[in-house]
Amino acid sequence: MAEIVLDKVTKRYPDGALAVSEVDIEIADGEFIILVGPSGCGKSTTLNMIAGLEDITSGELRIGGKRMNEQAPKDRDIAMVFQSYALYPHMTVRENMAFPLRLAKVDNATVEKKVTEAAKILDLTQHLDRKPSNLSGGQRQRVAMGRAIVRNPKAFLMDEPLSNLDAKLRVQMRTSVSRLQKQLGTTTIYVTHDQTEAMTLGDRVVVMRGGVVQQVGAPQALYDHPANLFVAGFIGSPSMNFVPGTIENDTLRTVLGDVPLTGRIAGLLAKANAPREVIMGVRPEHFEDAHLLDEPTRDRGVVFEGQVDVLESMGADKYAYFSLHGEQAASEELAELAADAGSAEVTASGIELVTRLSAASSVAEGATAKIWFDNDKVQVFDPSDGRNLTYAGR
Amino acid sequence: MAVIAGTDSTGRKIRWTLLDIVVVVYALVPVLWILSLSFKTPETLNDGNFIPRAWTLENYRLIFQTPEFVRALANSIGIALIATAIAVVLGTMAAYAIARLDFPGKRVLVGVSLLIAMFPQVALVSPLFEIERSLGLFNTWPGLILPYITFSLPLAIYTLSAFFREIPWELEKAAKMDGATPGQAFRRVIAPLAAPGVFTTAILVFIFCWNDFLFAISLTSTEASRTVPAALSFFTGASQFEDPTGTISAAAVVITIPIIVFVLFFQRRIVAGLTSGAVKG
Ligand SMILES: Nc1ncnc2c1ncn2[C@@H]1O[C@H](COP(=O)(O)OP(=O)(O)OP(=O)(O)O)[C@@H](O)[C@H]1O
Ligand SMILES: [Mg+2]
Repeated sequence: MAEIVLDKVTKRYPDGALAVSEVDIEIADGEFIILVGPSGCGKSTTLNMIAGLEDITSGELRIGGKRMNEQAPKDRDIAMVFQSYALYPHMTVRENMAFPLRLAKVDNATVEKKVTEAAKILDLTQHLDRKPSNLSGGQRQRVAMGRAIVRNPKAFLMDEPLSNLDAKLRVQMRTSVSRLQKQLGTTTIYVTHDQTEAMTLGDRVVVMRGGVVQQVGAPQALYDHPANLFVAGFIGSPSMNFVPGTIENDTLRTVLGDVPLTGRIAGLLAKANAPREVIMGVRPEHFEDAHLLDEPTRDRGVVFEGQVDVLESMGADKYAYFSLHGEQAASEELAELAADAGSAEVTASGIELVTRLSAASSVAEGATAKIWFDNDKVQVFDPSDGRNLTYAGR
Repeated sequence: MAVIAGTDSTGRKIRWTLLDIVVVVYALVPVLWILSLSFKTPETLNDGNFIPRAWTLENYRLIFQTPEFVRALANSIGIALIATAIAVVLGTMAAYAIARLDFPGKRVLVGVSLLIAMFPQVALVSPLFEIERSLGLFNTWPGLILPYITFSLPLAIYTLSAFFREIPWELEKAAKMDGATPGQAFRRVIAPLAAPGVFTTAILVFIFCWNDFLFAISLTSTEASRTVPAALSFFTGASQFEDPTGTISAAAVVITIPIIVFVLFFQRRIVAGLTSGAVKG
């Protein structure tokens, strides 16, 4: 067991591409940390550098206090689970799992014991003598995990280990990965581009974009206090709504109406030297059907009217979608997020708004609805550099 | 619908069967003819019968009593096996490097090896003859093994690098993470998976070496290193009036046997789809 420290770790590929830039992360012993970000942001590269499969261009990697930059993968005592599982097709499940132990010249009895143990944990006992090609995706995934856990490494590295599974199996495996990690207490670095996995699995989440760490923190902290537009838009599903706005004295003028700034927000904005033109962010759950609220609450927030485009009833709550006239919030970060979500082409003119209302709401598709939102829950961003002007955790 | 599909597929089956028969007959008739000749007595040799009237094993007895032939057979086996082994080992290493690594001069290397394969070997016989004579390699085993390696390596490298490219890169990374040195990763993970490629290549190279006539006839002068294809051309009958056709046929049949054995032995190891199940996605 050991803590892992990345100290200004940078990777430049031979073709000149800067894949990872000055990443600083300190991972405590036994911690479950998630690297998350859109495709191509350098997650795998970071993981491969920790594993020793890629050289570190500059900076230092320390495991258990020792510099590891020059060590071969086999001397780092780290196990890795690959996205493709990378099982040895010519070996049975048993041989696959025993392979690391055989290389370490562990005696036969111990190998047998450890493999049996791991197979029991992973529910693979009856498949031990089969070849990987005869296993289902979920079983292969577990064999890959088994190969990692048999030798009690200092740390596990997992590169999107669940992304090849279908949705249902993924949820199931997600829970078992989490349980396994708790049970073993081994430091784990887990790469994913799925923000749900990031939110549910890790002790802490590292959000990356274009090779640069955007924010590191507990999932809830990232959700409540995103450091910038990118993190705000990336974490959360459905994602945060963004609307352009103008600050005038103590009000924020937007297409949703004039939002009076609460003392807390006004203070933060003043401290952050907010520009006049900003982007306002509101999470879907901070909206509510105005009819369901009592007067004092309603007066505390802002009410706007809009025509419900689409209404999705999820049982426990309802998602109402609006498209409002007006300019979309524009910034580099938002463009990248849209591209990653694959919605770059379908940008309708106007602003798309997603709201989560309680099930009791009587809004109907096509009808005009009065929607309220909490003006103390809004976040304000600087469109030029994306920073969160209402971010208190600085 | 089903009926139409049924007749359609029977029609196809018949067409394919006919075509297959034509191809097999076309390919096998000369071989069977030689086989038939080898069992004929000298008197019935030219009677034009496909099935020998009078069967005899005399031809086979004769060739194995001819010391030149037995010696040539030993030369052939030795030279072909050594050349195949060296070419396959070198080819495996080169192909692995070509498939996996990016090194300066990679394209040049591939290009040059293609060039060697394309070069007309006849044009090289005289220079090789001169070189080997001055180096003392003429009429020795190495004198044949070296050119065989040279000309089979491009083939070996090509076949093998195609196989190596099929093996998922990640398996090697996984082996490294599991604690293998690069050597162990190669021996225990990559080599077993590349085995079909290695065996295929071995068969091709062996056949090339075994059948070569050009170098065998030009770079040897005595039975010290003469291989069977060359020795056959020196076959004469017991007397100058006797027709050696029967013995040559018998010898031809005999030298086909090692190839068949070699192919059958390795073919069992050429299992397709050995890498399936390694990776998904
Ligand atoms: N071998 C390489 N040579 C050059 N550039 C590379 C190489 N591998 C990756 N890159 C570049 O480095 C960047 C980061 O790649 P990386 O594989 O780490 O992304 P990722 O975050 O894992 O993405 P994904 O979610 O798609 O797996 C990308 O822009 C990619 O083009
Ligand atoms: Mg990746």
